[in-house]
Amino acid sequence: MAQLTMVQAINLALRQEMERDDRVVVLGEDVGRDGGVFRVTEGLLERFGAERLIDTPLAESAIVGAAIGMAAYGLRPVAEIQFMGFIYAAVDQLFAHAARLRSRSRGRYTCPLVVRTPYGGGIKAPELHEESTEAFFCHMPGIKVVVPSGPYSAKGLLTAAIRDPDPVLFLEPTRLYRMMREEVPEDDYTLPLGQARVVREGTAVTVIAWGGMLERVLKAVVPYDADVIDLLTLNPFDGATVLASVRKTGRAVIVHEAAKTGGFGAEIAATIAEEGILHLRGPVLRVAAPDVTMPLPKMEEHYLPGVEQITRTIDEVLRY
Amino acid sequence: MPEEVLATFTVRRLSILNESGDADEGLMPPLSDAEIRRMHELMVLARTFDERALTLQREGRLGTYPPILGQEAAQVGSALALHPADWVFPSFREMGVHLTLGYPIHLLFQYWAGDGRGLRTPENLTIFPICVSVGTHIPHAVGAAMAARYRRDPVAVCCFFGDGATSKGDFHEGFNLAGVFRLPVVFICQNNQWAISVPLQRQTAAATLAQKAVAYGFEGVQVDGNDVFAVHRAAREALDKARSGGGPTFIECLTYRMADHTTADDAARYRPQEEVETWRGRDPILRLERFMTQRGLWSEEYARETKEAATKAVDEGVRTMEASPPPAPEELFDHTGATLTPRQAAQRKEP
Ligand SMILES: Cc1ncc(C[n+]2csc(CCOP(=O)(O)OP(=O)(O)O)c2C)c(N)n1
Ligand SMILES: [Mg+2]
Repeated sequence: MAQLTMVQAINLALRQEMERDDRVVVLGEDVGRDGGVFRVTEGLLERFGAERLIDTPLAESAIVGAAIGMAAYGLRPVAEIQFMGFIYAAVDQLFAHAARLRSRSRGRYTCPLVVRTPYGGGIKAPELHEESTEAFFCHMPGIKVVVPSGPYSAKGLLTAAIRDPDPVLFLEPTRLYRMMREEVPEDDYTLPLGQARVVREGTAVTVIAWGGMLERVLKAVVPYDADVIDLLTLNPFDGATVLASVRKTGRAVIVHEAAKTGGFGAEIAATIAEEGILHLRGPVLRVAAPDVTMPLPKMEEHYLPGVEQITRTIDEVLRY
Repeated sequence: MPEEVLATFTVRRLSILNESGDADEGLMPPLSDAEIRRMHELMVLARTFDERALTLQREGRLGTYPPILGQEAAQVGSALALHPADWVFPSFREMGVHLTLGYPIHLLFQYWAGDGRGLRTPENLTIFPICVSVGTHIPHAVGAAMAARYRRDPVAVCCFFGDGATSKGDFHEGFNLAGVFRLPVVFICQNNQWAISVPLQRQTAAATLAQKAVAYGFEGVQVDGNDVFAVHRAAREALDKARSGGGPTFIECLTYRMADHTTADDAARYRPQEEVETWRGRDPILRLERFMTQRGLWSEEYARETKEAATKAVDEGVRTMEASPPPAPEELFDHTGATLTPRQAAQRKEP
């Protein structure tokens, strides 16, 4: 087994799925000759040719829109949006079409489409290159939202996403692209969408995170008896795993790097309130970014939740 | 250094059949008498369907409906050029296309009566569901054309939309992609000169819509949209070209929306009645009938039979639509995804 970065793991997943299934094609800006601005698709053009590694014009709505047409025709397109901050132009296509094609055609047409995009902060990049607006996309029935937290989960989840019969938004935490290496099997494996992973077991508090925040959570919880849940799929999220843990610990802290108001933490907190409140010993607390625009690099560490903020919040809930 | 002219362009307009019913024989597409009668019968069917839809709406048996009156030639003429394996991406005002391709009448009524089951295209047809979000289906057609080419399928993709759609970003992004990759796609604009209350001059400062294709590197042509022969010829040539690897074409059918935008609209608020009257004289069915009279293809008896057959088909469609039981509440969860999420499964059980 090889020690791979997340970039390499995603590249391997794409390569293997393209080998396995000639319906899989990749399209986006600079994905071909350049191998993607993060080199995620490096070498794929040489291997699969320009018909399957399609460098498109700079047009996000058409990238996703054309991918919808390809998917309905019978292909399995993987569209790349270069950064999440540029996906907004394609939201119309995702919400008004990808999410509802199966439903509005009453099952006649389906949309087995993956939209991959780097997301999240902490990479000292220009404006709109560090967005983390995953919660918007979780409010639209019909689209799955998946967030890996390392190389192993990235390969297993992306493979599952490509094989999924419905549209999947696949958010790649940019900060983790090359931060860590993990054992990633060459062999074919998938991680089921909609299933969270208990990363660490404990009894005093449940800490729930995903994507780039998981790494900080794991640093923060070292001195605590904490259950840590890596959500992996945000929509549909694995409420059963969250509730089982909260029933055990009686305390929950949710950590996300997106702004607090309307963030996905709210959905988790509401679910705990609805279905697990009698097991709680204290309030469900959220560690999130403030409700401000994602700042430029000089301020980004003031914006992103840090290890210290996470430990402070765990301390707070442990007082109950 | 002198200035140079780097590009010049021309925009062609095709018309074959004039208002008196005289056709330019040199430009006539090859059509047998039977095919000409078929064109006429389908245009009469489209108009009969439309008339009935308005009546049903007034009686509360249909929801909001967008009439196609005046656009029958642009729809029937183009749809008759399609092959069975071609893919069609309609907007919401192309019932003449659906009827020509054999989309079941009761399903069209069912959809406009507010029942989503009417949007399920039967397996023998490759028509995408009606697109309500103006112009946003243009990239889908382009993507399907990319897929068709990748699959080496000898098919064309045909996308219909209105003049209002030409202002949308998706029109421009989709056209650009089609041009860059020389895709097998034909774009057909029903330029009925109005987008609800906004006239064409407020939609664009360009002299024609057809010329917009030029900027994307492929041909655009304007045709007299009330001339079924011109529409048919242009569509046939463009579709053949697409199927044989010649790339995309944009056809602007210049026509007119004779009725209100929808049954919820009152066009008298924003456009002069004289304009409508001028266009009444250019009625596409009347024009074809004059031609058929000259050709000896029209008689009182034929006309009566044609109308009766159309009425019968439409009656049958209404009956079938109204005989189908309403959807059951659990069907709300059908087709949201291949499988229900745990929460959807729980919600489905809730009273
Ligand atoms: C994206 C979008 N914006 C607004 C509307 C509301 N709307 C429905 S039809 C229409 C006008 C469309 O004009 P056109 O494209 O010329 O088609 P026509 O109605 O004339 O057939 C508008 C504004 C819509 N359906 N979709
Ligand atoms: Mg119009």
